[in-house]
Amino acid sequence: MEDTGSIVAFWLLAALTVGSALGVVAVRDLIRAVVLLITSFLGVAGLYITLSADFVAVVQVLIYAGAISVLILFAIMLTPLASRDNAEAFLQVPGLLLAGLVAFTIGLVSLETDWSEGRGFPEDTATEIGEALLSRYVLPFELASVLLLVAMLGAILLVRPEGPSTEE
Amino acid sequence: MSVDLEHYLIVGALLFGIGLYLALTKRNFVGVLMGIELMFNAVNLTFVAFSRFVEATEPLRGHVFVVFVITVAAAEAAVALALAVLVYRNRESIDVDRMNLLKW
Repeated sequence: MEDTGSIVAFWLLAALTVGSALGVVAVRDLIRAVVLLITSFLGVAGLYITLSADFVAVVQVLIYAGAISVLILFAIMLTPLASRDNAEAFLQVPGLLLAGLVAFTIGLVSLETDWSEGRGFPEDTATEIGEALLSRYVLPFELASVLLLVAMLGAILLVRPEGPSTEE
Repeated sequence: MSVDLEHYLIVGALLFGIGLYLALTKRNFVGVLMGIELMFNAVNLTFVAFSRFVEATEPLRGHVFVVFVITVAAAEAAVALALAVLVYRNRESIDVDRMNLLKW
């Protein structure tokens, strides 16, 4: 990407994404942490758009910024007596070391490797993804639907009140 | 100056590191889950960046993989948050430091 617009967009979105992810670490209140997490998800969606991945960007906004963050908010609201603070446990220093080491290693590998970059990208990603999902990847696609059904039933069954039903 | 594959990979590495730190150190179970979701996002960003910049016979394979990752992440979030509510109901706390029933 050479033009000024996409370069500026990339740097702004990257700063937004990483900055609000750091905010999730720093902020003490869990609700604020979730709001910053949503901002980070939206920044990632913007980065998908700069990569001309329009379908994945829309899915990111719908599922991550919409559904998963609402689920997290529900979990916070349903645990009212648990402490709302976002404090660290005793593993702070080893965690920081390990996370820094992992990020540093991935960054170094991505800078040192020759990835043989090239182009050749279809413009209409949604059509192509739909065709791939229903031809080559049809079995994982169906399995994903079964997995979603099982997860939904499992979640309902887990949070259901214990004991036999009292309505009979 | 231009934006290349390496830039996106560095952003992905930073996001993954932050998510890993959250998942390892947060005391609240929901905070741990937020870290896991951030790591999913970092990996998805890397997939899409490779799909965009590296030439392949099937260029959109990375996008299809990202769609599957998001599906599984949604299922994981639903079950994990149900577990959080269940643990809270039994122990009145979702502090991962105090989930020590399997310790002796």
